[in-house]
Amino acid sequence: MSGKPKLHYFNGRGRMESIRWLLAAAGVEFEECFLKTKDDLTKLQKDGSLLFQQVPMVEIDGMKMVQTRAILSYIAAKYNLYGKDLKERALIDMYVEAVIDLNELIMTHILQPADKREQHLATIVDKATNRYFPVYEKVLKDHGQDFLVGNQFSRADVQLLETLLMAEECKPDILDEFPLLQSFKARISNIPTIKKFLQPGSQRKPPLEEKDVPKAMKIFH
Amino acid sequence: MSGKPRLTYLNGRGRMEPVRWLLAAAGVEFEEIFLETREQYEKLIKDGVLMFQQVPLVEIDGMKMVQTRAILSYIAGKYNLYGKDLKERALIDMYVEGITDLMQMILMFPFSPPEAKEKNIDSIKERATNRYFPVFEKALKQHGQDFLVGNKFSWADVQLIEAILAVEEKIPAVLSGFPQLQAFKKRMSNMPTIKKFLQPGSPRKPPPDECYVETVLKVFKK
Repeated sequence: MSGKPKLHYFNGRGRMESIRWLLAAAGVEFEECFLKTKDDLTKLQKDGSLLFQQVPMVEIDGMKMVQTRAILSYIAAKYNLYGKDLKERALIDMYVEAVIDLNELIMTHILQPADKREQHLATIVDKATNRYFPVYEKVLKDHGQDFLVGNQFSRADVQLLETLLMAEECKPDILDEFPLLQSFKARISNIPTIKKFLQPGSQRKPPLEEKDVPKAMKIFH
Repeated sequence: MSGKPRLTYLNGRGRMEPVRWLLAAAGVEFEEIFLETREQYEKLIKDGVLMFQQVPLVEIDGMKMVQTRAILSYIAGKYNLYGKDLKERALIDMYVEGITDLMQMILMFPFSPPEAKEKNIDSIKERATNRYFPVFEKALKQHGQDFLVGNKFSWADVQLIEAILAVEEKIPAVLSGFPQLQAFKKRMSNMPTIKKFLQPGSPRKPPPDECYVETVLKVFKK
């Protein structure tokens, strides 16, 4: 037993990617066990490893944790990425929950039927540029600090960077109107642990390609 | 200014109901502002009080909090309903997130088309009895304690009693295979703050009806 956290998921981003980001940002090495077939999932379900029969599942500190948000909160608190008090935590939670909403939208893009895709992309761009990005741009402008909350690196910074990059994958110029988000992106990408995660050969997963969608779906349905 | 938390939402359960439950369970009095028209909602957006242009909004301790989970976590943390350490917190989070997934099905139910409603009830029943309730039945059986986590009342207990009652409204006999949950339901319902919340005249909202659905569509439609 290595003592390292062990992640159980399929070999792709999905709901596990935010967890990979956070562990990597915290400088925590982890192992991965990839589900390749429905049988792999069924086996985990049958041996009682999945509290609600679902992945992501992360083995960490003697627990078999499930539910993405629960896992992220545990990692953030354990590695001091959750602010210094209840109020900073509240602010981080607000920022993070909105980022998760935007992430969900982006994540489901590849699953849209071909005739709905253009409309869906328009929705992503609309929400990103009108609802979400302006908030973070303003936060950075108002306090002029390097990090979103409390002048200290937190999970909010990690999760926002992840989403900014995913949004750019959808539309490369999506940050054009947001100079502070552009500099935030450059700054956070240069943090040593994150820089390492962004390099080839890391455990960061590539976006799901259309041809791989049926295979991924087969594991879960 | 009263110092009490102030909730802004529609006059109905929706995404605010777990917040009402948790504040009530913690014995915290609160005020409510009800959105009835699109104009009211647009004014809130224009005034810049909704960080992401969405409700629920809870004004508490000088903050204008949005995002349901952020609000609930803050209340749980503030009123000692979040376990005694990181590991208990992790367990509470796992339980709460699972229950929230079940509650999401109930939340969306009123908005499904009439022809899908029976199928949706079946799905709720299936998930409740095969995926979620067995977990909590087992947890209670294994430790034999009154509360789900750490032998102490927590957010997880509040979320579970809310979910049990909500599912029972749709499937009255849903607890028939779950004796531990039946006892849990009785026990939680008898806790003074929860007992008070379950009485007529409390801030608890009734199940959504057609009028509520119409209001939602009217206020939030694009």
